[in-house]
Order: sequence, then C-alpha cells, then structure tokens
Amino acid sequence: MPGVRSKGDLEGLRSEILMKRDPNKPYITLCSGTACRATGSDTVAAAIQNELEKQGLTEEVGVRRTGCHGFCERGPIIVIHPEEICYLNVTPEDVPEIIIKTIKGKEIIDRLLYTDSSTGERIVHERDIPFYKYQTRLVFGDNLRIDPTDIESYIAIGGYQALTKVLHEMTPEEVLEEVKKSNLRGRGGGGFPTGRKWETTKNAPGEPKYVIVNCDEGDPGAYMDRSIMEGNPHRVLEGLTIGAYAIGSHQGFVYVRQEYPLAVTNLGIAIEQAREYGFLGDDILGSGFEFDVKVHRGAGAFVSGESSALMNAIEGKVGEPRPKYVHTSESGVWNKPSNLNNVETWANVPLIIDKGAAWFNAIGTERSKGTKIFSLVGKVNNTGLVEVPMGTALRDVIYKIGGGIPGGKRFKGVQTGGPSGGIIPEEYLDSPVDFDELTKLGSMMGSGGMIVMDEDTCIVDIARYFVDFLCDESCGKCVPCREGLKRMREILDGIVAGKGREGDIELLEEIANVMKKASLCALGTTAANPVLSTIRYFGDEYEAHIKEKRCPALVCKELISYYIEPEKCIACLRCLKSCPEGAIEGEKRVIHVIDQTKCIKCGICFEVCPPKVGAVMMISGKPVPPPVPEAERVIERRGGERR
Amino acid sequence: MVEIDLNRVDEIIERYKGEEGVLIQLLLDIQSEFNWISREVIARISERMRIPKSQIYRIASFYKAMSLNPVGRHIIQVCLGTACQVRGAPKILDRTEENLKIKEGETTSDMRFSLRRVNCLGCCAMGPVVVVDGDYHGKITPAMVEEILEKYE
Repeated sequence: MPGVRSKGDLEGLRSEILMKRDPNKPYITLCSGTACRATGSDTVAAAIQNELEKQGLTEEVGVRRTGCHGFCERGPIIVIHPEEICYLNVTPEDVPEIIIKTIKGKEIIDRLLYTDSSTGERIVHERDIPFYKYQTRLVFGDNLRIDPTDIESYIAIGGYQALTKVLHEMTPEEVLEEVKKSNLRGRGGGGFPTGRKWETTKNAPGEPKYVIVNCDEGDPGAYMDRSIMEGNPHRVLEGLTIGAYAIGSHQGFVYVRQEYPLAVTNLGIAIEQAREYGFLGDDILGSGFEFDVKVHRGAGAFVSGESSALMNAIEGKVGEPRPKYVHTSESGVWNKPSNLNNVETWANVPLIIDKGAAWFNAIGTERSKGTKIFSLVGKVNNTGLVEVPMGTALRDVIYKIGGGIPGGKRFKGVQTGGPSGGIIPEEYLDSPVDFDELTKLGSMMGSGGMIVMDEDTCIVDIARYFVDFLCDESCGKCVPCREGLKRMREILDGIVAGKGREGDIELLEEIANVMKKASLCALGTTAANPVLSTIRYFGDEYEAHIKEKRCPALVCKELISYYIEPEKCIACLRCLKSCPEGAIEGEKRVIHVIDQTKCIKCGICFEVCPPKVGAVMMISGKPVPPPVPEAERVIERRGGERR
Repeated sequence: MVEIDLNRVDEIIERYKGEEGVLIQLLLDIQSEFNWISREVIARISERMRIPKSQIYRIASFYKAMSLNPVGRHIIQVCLGTACQVRGAPKILDRTEENLKIKEGETTSDMRFSLRRVNCLGCCAMGPVVVVDGDYHGKITPAMVEEILEKYE
C-alpha cells in the first residue's frame, strides 16, 4: 500500500479515492458510537446487510458505519445519501421498508423523520433539525462523514493535509507560533493556553521529549472525548503528530480508558493504518521527521486524569499525583519533558493549521477562542453532544438545541465542570459560556459536561453525590483531600438523612477552604466546588433539610414518606401487588393504605399508580395523615366511576 | 469459582516480557480474560516478571478495573453517572441490592450475580442504565429491575 511521501502524493491519493467514488451511488451511513450500539445499532447494521443481499443490492448501495452523530436521544440514526435523508430511532424492523421505499423507490418514510414538537413539521435533513441547526460543528461534524476504521475516508475529506503542510512548508517554530497566535486553550479542564504549554516542553532541557493525548475522561456525564476518539481517531493522531513536530518529540502516548473499548479498538486500527500510509513512523511523508505512538489503557481511576498521575500510570505505576513544584511539561514521563493535552484540544490543531490562527480567532469570545463540545445530559429533551462557539448563552444550549426540560417541569440548575465544577441557577442562564464566565459563576468549564437539573432534583443530594464520588476517587496521598472529603461526606450524609445540625453549612465552608488551599493536586483543590456553589445559590434547600427536615425536591429517602390519598385511590390493587415488602394493605374496592412501619420507600407504588389516578404521593416535612377509618374504606361505585 | 489456567497467564505474560512500565497493561489483559486476578496469578507474574508481589497488589488494589475477588456468572453494572443520578439511578441501585440481598461490589453466594456501581457509561440519553453482561437496559424504573434480572440464570 501507498507510502505517502509528499504533498503531491497525498493530493494524488485523494483524487484517486474520490474518483473511485460515484457521487450518485446511494449509500447509507449508520451511527455506530457506543450510545447507538447500546440502542441497537449493531442489529440495524445486520438487518441492512441482510436486506441488501435479499434485494440483490450489495453492489449498488454502499454502507458506512460512522462514529457518533451526537443526537444520542434519537439513535440509532441513519442518513441516506446522496439525498441526505435522515431517519431517527431506527429499528431492525424498519430496515426492509427503508431499502424498498427510500433506496429503491426514492420515497421518504414520514414516520421515521424528525418531527418538530411545536409545529408538527417533519424535517428531512439532519442539518435542519433544531438540535443540529444551532450548532457549529467544526471538530465534531466530520464524524458524520467518515468511517473511523478507514483512513481513506479521512483522507477524502482533506485529512492529513495539515500535517503535510507542516512538515513540508513550516519550521517547528512557525507551527508553535501559529498555535500560540490561535489562542487555543486546553479543553480538558483548566483552560491553559496550549501554545505556551508546548513552548515550555520544547524549551525544557532533556531528551527524549514526549507528547501525550489524555483520553481518560473520568467526568461522569461527559463523553465527547470518547466520541471523537471512536469517530475520528485520525484527526487526533494528526494533531498529535503536528504537536510532536513543533515540540521536537519522537514518541507519543495515548492514554485511553479501558472502559472505552470501541475507542481503544478504533484508535489501534487508526495507528496501524497511519503507519502503513506513512503518516507515522520513520521519515514521515518523506520529510525525515520521525514519530510513533503507543497506546496505554487506563485502568479506572478518576485521579489518573490529572497530569502527573497520568504520567505515573504510563510508567506502569499507581496513578497518583506528584507534587508539582516542577511542571510535567518540564519533567513528566520518566522525568522527561512531557506535553499533555486532551483529545478535543489535539483535534483542534489540524483545523488551526489548515485555516489559520486568524480564522480561529474570529470564533468565540475575547479570551476563549474556537468552539467547545458539551455533553448535554440529564433532564433535557435532546440528550447528546453539542458543539457551539465559545460564548454561546447557556439558555440557547439548553432550550434552542436541547429542546428544554421534559414533562413541562421547571428548570432548576445546570451542572458544569464535572466533580470539580458547580451548579448554575436559572438567573444566570443568559451568561455566555466560556472559560472565564463559568469560573466567575463558581463553576468551571471542565471537560464540558452539562447536566441539566429540574425541580425534581435535590441539590443537597447532588452535592453529596459529587463528594461521595470524589471520596471514592481521592487517592489518599494528601490529608486535606482525603480527610476533608470524608468529613464533608459525613456532614452531607447527615443532612440528607434529616440529622443536619445548625452550623453544618459553616463547617462545610470551613473544610472547603482548607482543601482549596492545602491539597496536593487539582482534584483536591476543586473538590469542594460542588458544595460551595450549591451553598451559594441554593442555600434555602440546605436550610429546609437542616431546619425543617424537609426535602423540597422529594428525593431524600429519609425525609419523605409515601402516602395514598384516600379520595383518589380506586383500589385497583396495582401498588399492592407490586410492593416488594407487602407494606400495602387493602383489597378490591377497599381503599389501599401504606403501613409506614414496613415501607422501605422504594417508590414502586408511586411508579405503578396510573397517572390519571395519581393517588400515591410523597410527603416531606410534615407528618403522614392517619389512615382512613375502616368503616370509610369501602368504595361505592357508580357506573364504574369512582364517586 | 472460575479456575484460572496458569498456562494462559504465561502466554499473556509473554506479550509483555522485557518491556518497561507494562504491569498495568498486563493486569488489564488478565482481568478481561478471567474477570479477576487470583493470588496464584499474582505469584506467577511476580516470579516471571521479577516484580515484587507487594507492587502488584498495590496496582491491582488501586485501580477500579481490577478485581482481587472472583466474580459471579453475570456482571451487573448500575450506572451512577451524574445524568443517571438525576434521573433516579440511586433507586435502581437500591432496588437491585434489595432484590439480590447484596451490596454493590459484592457477589451473590450462589455466584450468579456480581453487582457493580459504575460512574458513567457514556450513554446518558438512555439513563438510568443497567448493563448486564454487556446488554444495555435503558430508561429503567425500580419496578423493572426484577424482570431484567430474571433473564439471567
């Protein structure tokens, strides 16, 4: 296979690939990211293959399994080219109809299209669906266009052009200067200027130097790095190789979580293919530059995403942070200068080289340039990955793209920045999202998780959840983090269990401040953010738990009771039969009553009570009304209706 | 209990012999093959790779992906990522624990199920999510737990 050795070779190869393709040949792209695989993308793929064979169309119709399209709420997604007809929530049963009607008959199947819930209008093209329409998909958009396991599909859309330009037309210094001028900031959490980081490693004494991709992505609720790595691994490798050239490194590492098996597989395939085509190895593209990459699978430790901890892990040691008197960019893996950037950061690099720093600077806000991918999840209609220019208002992301809150519930807050971030309340929904704004609001960008919460989310419970998560993940090396988190968890456990005391809030704040000042690594110094930001914006919820022993969102188990409203109960036996503890007493035509001493508050009765009856309710902060007297429990029916 | 074939362990060790910093990768391979890492395996690695047992235990007990206890025939993962959390995942975990009469991290005495809590599987659109032996069950409610578990013998 072709070793590409020059710009001409690459252009030649590209036109050859494009020539082989018939632009009018119908082909089907099927989203095959992890989320779509979980909703049945594999069985849909098998059904497509099957049906094409049955119809004798395997030669006439192409099939391409792409990475994540981002609209996970409606997956599996298929797009039929060249018309670009987009079908959502496709099941294997839909496939024969799609092949016969749409592929053969050129007829659109209405029921599989996106329907606008407000206007009822059906939308044919992916790009016109509101979820996509308001996005700017510079980094993520190519996922739709390529097969991640086929390097040629990446080359076809201009892949490795930037690397060729760098190796043949630019000096390492010019590359560094371009990235510095672009003002690109790290997408993994801190937002440190990428160019400056590269420069430190470049100028640090010591050989060899290493460049590393951080695909540890431990933030619960964030999965954009995985989706890039699964859907477009060559883009990351190209960025990494460009960085290696600028810095003067010949060895790269990709640190990727073991929990992301598809990312590990696709990355492995991409590295093999890049070597074969001459984009990795000795004498890359005939330029004399030498560079190769090793994959290191992470073994599940949140703290290992921290730079010095990650480098320990690459050395095969326990992934615990080191004190950073000296930065890892100067002394990292095996004490050599090591430059670490996150997946999304690396994926931006080819774009900056291709289109120039000035172009990149025109997108975003004063101090945050370019776009950012967010994973919009939780209590929101359109769950998925969203890429918008820095500075887009939170409200636009959640309402215009995300489609608002399901079930007509009220918005309560949005959590950004993962376990190091905070929760932003409704009054700040119009704030532009960028690195500095989010920090000002007491949260942070983090890797881009955006978890939407509605009125049914208990803020104190969420704060406790993050502290509990970090308590498990704290490596225990430094005292403020190890002990501080444990004590905070004790206090919060007490508050959600109705044992909160006067002074708890102040004590939480005091512990938080010590952790902020005295912890060894960023895990500890930011660990208190979820607690501090919730105290700042939702202090009244803490007060309700502590003083009134009431959980306003009706979440905290110890503070709620389930109760059947006698006026509403139709004595249908549903809750009674489903109760795992036999805590509900009654019979047909006898109003059901929950025995509070037996109830374990699992909520099944609440769930199974038919919505139009709605007799089971939750009570918090006040006593459960006494059961109805025996004599009044018999229901007399009139015409089958209750009373 | 799953018996571990030490010859197979030797084959895995062979892949990494002579390389630096490979202990984690080696243990991950063993974990994914046998679902746990036994005392005998640790002794074998120590002997073959000339790494002190204490160092291997330190790694194997630090990382979440590695287990020093044997696991049941079916592995249940209940996602408690933030998105699942706000959609009611704690109730799913409670229900599963009550149903199996074990806590997360434990295995039933008949070795039928091991229950694990995981922090985000990245399919937040389906939350709350329960994964049993790699099968994804999405939008779960407490009342559905029993029915799902019955499918796995």
